[in-house]
Amino acid sequence: MAILIDENTKILVQGITGGFGGKHAKLSLDYGTKLVAGVTPGKGGQKFENTVPIFDTVSQAVGETGATASAIFVPPPFAADAILEAMDAGVELIVCITEGIPVMDMMRVKEALKGSKSRLVGPNCPGIVTPGLGEKSHGGCRIGIAPGYIHKRGNVGVVSRSGTLTYEAVFQLTQMGYGQSTCVGIGGDPINGTSHLDVLEMFNDDDETEAIIMIGEIGGTAEVEAARWARDNCKKPIAGFIAGATAPPGRRMGHAGAIVGGEEDTAEAKKKIMAECGIAIAETPSVMATTLMERWGK
Amino acid sequence: MNIHEYQAKELFDRFQVPSPKGKVAASPEEAAAAAKEFAGAKLVIKAQVHAGGRGKGHFKNGFQGGVHLIESPEQASEFAVKMLNETLVTVQTGEAGRVVRKVMIAEAVDITHEYYLAILMDRATCSPVIVASTEGGMSIEDVAHDTPEKIFRQIVHPLLGLQAYEIRKISAELGFSGDIAKQFGKLLKNLYKLFIDCDCSMIEINPLVTTPDGRVLALDAKFDFDDNALYRHPDIVALRDKEEEDPREVAASEYDLNYIGLDGNIACLVNGAGLAMATMDIIKHYGGEPANFLDVGGGATKEQVAAAFKIILGDPNVKGILINIFGGIMDCNVIAEGVIAAAKETGLPIPLVVRLEGNNVEMGKATLAASDINIVAADDMADGAEKIVKAVG
Repeated sequence: MAILIDENTKILVQGITGGFGGKHAKLSLDYGTKLVAGVTPGKGGQKFENTVPIFDTVSQAVGETGATASAIFVPPPFAADAILEAMDAGVELIVCITEGIPVMDMMRVKEALKGSKSRLVGPNCPGIVTPGLGEKSHGGCRIGIAPGYIHKRGNVGVVSRSGTLTYEAVFQLTQMGYGQSTCVGIGGDPINGTSHLDVLEMFNDDDETEAIIMIGEIGGTAEVEAARWARDNCKKPIAGFIAGATAPPGRRMGHAGAIVGGEEDTAEAKKKIMAECGIAIAETPSVMATTLMERWGK
Repeated sequence: MNIHEYQAKELFDRFQVPSPKGKVAASPEEAAAAAKEFAGAKLVIKAQVHAGGRGKGHFKNGFQGGVHLIESPEQASEFAVKMLNETLVTVQTGEAGRVVRKVMIAEAVDITHEYYLAILMDRATCSPVIVASTEGGMSIEDVAHDTPEKIFRQIVHPLLGLQAYEIRKISAELGFSGDIAKQFGKLLKNLYKLFIDCDCSMIEINPLVTTPDGRVLALDAKFDFDDNALYRHPDIVALRDKEEEDPREVAASEYDLNYIGLDGNIACLVNGAGLAMATMDIIKHYGGEPANFLDVGGGATKEQVAAAFKIILGDPNVKGILINIFGGIMDCNVIAEGVIAAAKETGLPIPLVVRLEGNNVEMGKATLAASDINIVAADDMADGAEKIVKAVG
């Protein structure tokens, strides 16, 4: 089954004519993803790669193509508006890749999303991949910027705040012969649409997912909340890694959300609580997959 | 981004948040003129650097203390001579100290009571939260630890903003009444507007004081701005003082590199913030000490890799470099070529271990192997960390 998206999900890309958005829209097409529409205000009527129709508004794109998911690549000053537009058009899954959106903008967007039927993943995230069954996982649904070819369809769910650490985990799994159900990058910003906990709940309910890797970092309490929920509710084996054990307090480590605050949000404190909640902790990022296999009994 | 005390004062003035009278001076003459302007009030002169512990600090010229009471314009000038363009060392600056380029002449207020007041963006509730306490003038972490019941928190609705009843609640918690409550209400309302309008992630006033002559004043403030929002605040960007920042970080920001200098001796160059943090962690795990955090981003160019190399090698503590790249979309061969170009240009005086994985990795590894540069190849992250720790010794 996978979560959030599968090989039949129809997606649209907001900001498809930008350099970054266009490059990754092309890679998704090559991966076999059902990319059915693009949106760029003022460029309606044109075609992307001579095949994908471009619309002026998300509402038109959804109406014409039946897209249910959107990937947002628009620049930071316009990203909040793009998310709200997708919500207004009834897009079920909004994945915002854009990095650098002001926190105040996200605060308002997050409030506006309450009670809507849209789920936001991100911002500042690598996106979501449900691998396909073809060679090098071709034919899957790829929303965002992850390298599709490192995936393999299988039974491990991966959730992470960081892009390259997700790829690292996926690569380790695939090398060992274990595929993934769905890989979700929830993003490195302090305010995001979907939390570790939200994704764990979905993996727990998903028949195809048998084991989970959860990757977090310093800053905030999201990993701890997810771990506490998992202790009481999740029956599937989980391996976890937390980046930032050596980060100095009070410094923002690249991600806007990655900053050591009080005593309880250091990497050590998070790892300790996660371990107490029954999550197998990978001591280094090199052993994320092997740590899961040990816990999983593989 | 940090700002100076006098700049915080200017922001407070603009948003009508009452604070003690004060004026910045860049020369002894300006200091004397400011002291003259405030004649009649008790005054202090304060060195302007981005570091705490100024009062107990010392100047490298032997002059003691970065904060002094002054009694006349002549004395203001005299002290300014001893402070301006001199290096102040405090507990927070390290031995190198900071050069004082400006001083502030400010009113020294008598204090009836010290309070704590802060507004910050709370990630748990995704809302602004106001934190207030009757225990000001000390570390709020200590108050939270020793007497948590003395800290009051009010979450503000993200769309509705600060309401009058919320102000009344906080005022009551602090024990204010009558005219003081009225003054505090206005101060908090204006402070909240400043917080929102300037895209702050935190404003901390510690202490907020009441005075014997019946005023409520923000005595000392710490600002933190949302870097992501600076594009819409050129006036705040203009407050940035690069002289106060780590020159390596300033150089890195010019190339859009995310660099943070640390105290260790193994430098690392990584793509992606999470992987960069994890690389520092794994160096430490194998017994080394990371010299920096450095994220070259997802689409690093040859030029950026070369610039990153130079910044790393500019740190005299660095005894070895670990490059860790997971090139998902990025071509590993492009990275390999960038590394070789940078290594040739800089002469590469220290050990270099490279771990490449991902797109076009075979070609990238072949390019590195074919070069005449002494590069140690690593199979994975753990192997890379072990090898560089061993090489540095």
